[in-house]
Amino acid sequence: MTPKEASRPTLSITMWAMLALSIAGMLIAPQLIMRAPTEPTMGFVQRIFYFHVPCAWLAMLGAFVAGIGSAVYLFKGSERAEQIAAAAAELTVLFGLCVIVSGPLWARKAWGVFWQWDVRLTTTALLWIIFVAYLFARRYGGPGGRRLSAGLALFGAADVPMIYISVSIWRTIHPKTSVVPSLDPGMRPAFWLSMLTFTVLFVVLMQMRLRLEQARARYSSLYLQAQDAGLIDD
Amino acid sequence: MQADRESLKLGLTSVELRGLYKDYGRQRALSDVSLTLKAGRVVALLGENGAGKSTLLGILAMLIRPTRGQVLCDGQPMDALDPLRLRRSLGVLSHEPRCYADLSPRENLLFFAQLYGVSAQADASARGRSQLVSEALERVGIARAADRPARTLSRGMLQRLAIARTLLPQPELLLLDEPYTGLDREGVALLTRLLAEERERGALIVVISHDFEAVAPVTDQAAVLLRGRLQAQAEYAPGTCQGSQLLTLYQEAAKRAHSPKSKPGPIQEAL
Amino acid sequence: MSSFVGPPPSFFRQLAMLLWKDVKVELRAGEMVYATLLFSGIIVLLFSFAFLGGTPPTVEVMAGVLWVALSLSGMLGISRSFEREREADTLRALLLAPVERSALYLSKLLSISLLMLLVCCVVVPGLCLLFQMSVGGPGAWLRLLGLLTLGILGFAAVAALFGASLGRARVREVLLPLLVYPLVVPVLLAGARGTYGILYGTPESLADATRWLKFLLAFDCMAIIGGLWLFEPLCATE
Repeated sequence: MTPKEASRPTLSITMWAMLALSIAGMLIAPQLIMRAPTEPTMGFVQRIFYFHVPCAWLAMLGAFVAGIGSAVYLFKGSERAEQIAAAAAELTVLFGLCVIVSGPLWARKAWGVFWQWDVRLTTTALLWIIFVAYLFARRYGGPGGRRLSAGLALFGAADVPMIYISVSIWRTIHPKTSVVPSLDPGMRPAFWLSMLTFTVLFVVLMQMRLRLEQARARYSSLYLQAQDAGLIDD
Repeated sequence: MQADRESLKLGLTSVELRGLYKDYGRQRALSDVSLTLKAGRVVALLGENGAGKSTLLGILAMLIRPTRGQVLCDGQPMDALDPLRLRRSLGVLSHEPRCYADLSPRENLLFFAQLYGVSAQADASARGRSQLVSEALERVGIARAADRPARTLSRGMLQRLAIARTLLPQPELLLLDEPYTGLDREGVALLTRLLAEERERGALIVVISHDFEAVAPVTDQAAVLLRGRLQAQAEYAPGTCQGSQLLTLYQEAAKRAHSPKSKPGPIQEAL
Repeated sequence: MSSFVGPPPSFFRQLAMLLWKDVKVELRAGEMVYATLLFSGIIVLLFSFAFLGGTPPTVEVMAGVLWVALSLSGMLGISRSFEREREADTLRALLLAPVERSALYLSKLLSISLLMLLVCCVVVPGLCLLFQMSVGGPGAWLRLLGLLTLGILGFAAVAALFGASLGRARVREVLLPLLVYPLVVPVLLAGARGTYGILYGTPESLADATRWLKFLLAFDCMAIIGGLWLFEPLCATE
C-alpha cells in the first residue's frame, strides 16, 4: 500500500456511484411499487415480494460466492479468496435474515399462518443456519477455524440442492402454495428496479467488508514489521 | 533386498531451511530462520518457552505451512516431494506420547509397524513384525509391561513407548520436541544413547530440549531461537559438547536478544 | 536392531488396519460404547414418557423418534470418540504416518457407522417394545434396514469430516453438532419420511419409502465424495 493508497477514501469513485445508485433506487422503488398493479389473490401484502425476492436471490448469490471462495482458499491457499468468502457469508446471513423475517410476515397476512414449510423458505432457513454456523466456526474455531468454516461453506453449498430436493419431495404430499406469482407485465419495472437496487447494494457492502478485512490483514502485517524493527516492545 | 530397501528410503543427506517466516495473525512465531541439517548430525534447538521452536519442527514435519521461506530436501523444495514417501522417512517425537491408551504397548507398536510396513525380517510377515516389536520393547526397556493397557503405564514408560514408536521405522529425519519430558535418569541416559545410535545410522536429527546436560553428549550443532529469530549458532566436534557450553551460548544469545540497543532491522515496505 | 522397510501397505490394507484399530480401541474402551447405547435407550424411554397418554403414538411420531434418537446418540458417541483421539493426540500421529488421508477418512466413517448401527440395535427393538411399532413383512424390514444403513452412512460421512478437523478450539464440543446437524437435515428428513412410509404399510407409502432410499443413495454419494475431497485440506496444515 503506497502513501497514496493509504490516504485513499473508504470507497472508490465507482463504489460511491454505486452507493448513490442504490440509495436512489431505494427512494424511487416505493413509487414504482405503489404504481404496480395489485395482485388479485393476495392483495396489498403481495408487494412485500419486491423486497423478499431480491433478498432471497442475494442470499443465494452470497452462498454461491462463499462456496467458490472457500474452494479457492482450501485448494489454492489464497487468503484473498477466504476474505471474499467471509464477506459473502456475512451478506448471506444478512439477506437470509431478511428473507426469513419477511417470508413469515407475508405468509401470515396472505394465508394466516406464519410458517408453511414452503420449500424455498425452508431451504433458505437452513442455508441461513449453515452460514451462521460458518461465522461462528470462523470466529471461535481456533487456529483452524477458517479452514473449518471454508469446509462448511463448500459442503453447505453442495448440500443446498439436496436440502431443496428432499424438502420438495416431502412437500408434494402437502398442498402447494404459490409463493411467487407469475410476473404481471405491470409489475416488471418495480421488480427489476428492486433487484437492481439490492444487487448494487450487495456489491457495495461486499466491497466495504472486503476493505475491512484487507485493512485488518494489512494492520497485522505492519504490526509485525514494526515489531521486527524494534519499534514496538512485545 | 538391499537395493529394495534403499530405493524405498529417500536417501536424505541434507535439509535446508531458508528464510522461514510464520505469522499467526499479529503474532510472528518465526522470523527469517535459516538453518542447515546434515545426515549423521544432531542439532540441538534451544530457546525460551514459546511457539517458535515447536513451530519450526511443525514446518519440518509438514504439519505447518510457512508464511514465507522454503524447506529444501537435498536441494528440492519439500512440497515438490511425494508426501507419503516423506512421511515414511519422518519420525516425530513430542512431549505427548500419542499412543492409544486402551491398547497395550505391544499392540500399539504392532499397529504402527503395520502402518509403516516395517519388519525384522525381509518378508512382510506378521512374525517378522512381532519380532521387531519385541526387540523394540526390549530396546527401550518396557518389555515387562508390554501387554498391559498403555493407560496403566507411568509417564516415563509411556514416553519410552513413544520413543520406540518413533524409532521403529528407522526414520531419516528425526524431530524431537522436549523428548526428555517425564523420563527418569535411566530414561534420559537411554534416550541419549539411542540418539547416538540413530546419529550413527545417518539420520538427520533435531532435538528441542531445555535439559542441556542431557542433550549435550550427542550435540553436534546448537542453535538458539529467541523471539522467533535464530540468535546464535555453534558447532562442536562430536562428543565434545558440554552442557555448560550450551548454557553459555544460550545466556549470551538471550542477553543480546533482550538488550535495549538491539539494532532495528530495515522495514521491508515503505509506509 | 535392524529393521526392513518393506513395501507400503496397499490402500485397502491401510483401511482395514485403521478400521480394526478403531474397533479394537472402542471395544477396549467399553465405556463409550456402553454409555452411548444406554443413552439411546434412555432417549427412547424419555420419548415414551413424553407421549404418555395411553394411546400409542402415531406412526409419524414413531418414525421421528427413531431418527431423533439415532442422531442424538450417534452425535454423542462420535463426539466422545473424537474427543478421546484429541486428548491423546493420536490423530496427529496418524497424520504424520504414511497413511493415505482418504483411508483415514473412510476408516473413521466406517467406525462411526458401525457404532450407529449398534445404536439401531437398541433403538429399533426399544421402539417395537415400548411403542408397539410394527414393521410388517420381510420386504418392509429390508427397506428399513436399507434406510437405516444409507442414512447412517450419510450422517457418518459428514460427522467424520468435521469431527476429525475440529482441532483444539475450546468450543469444539458445541461446534460439532452445530456444523453437522444442518448439513444432515436431508438425511433425517429422508430417513423419517421413509420410515413413516414403511410403517404406514400401504403399497403407495412403500413406494414412497423406496423413493427416499434412492434419494439417500444420491446424498451418500455426494457426501462421501465431498468428504474424501475435503478431508485433506481440512485436516491439513495451518
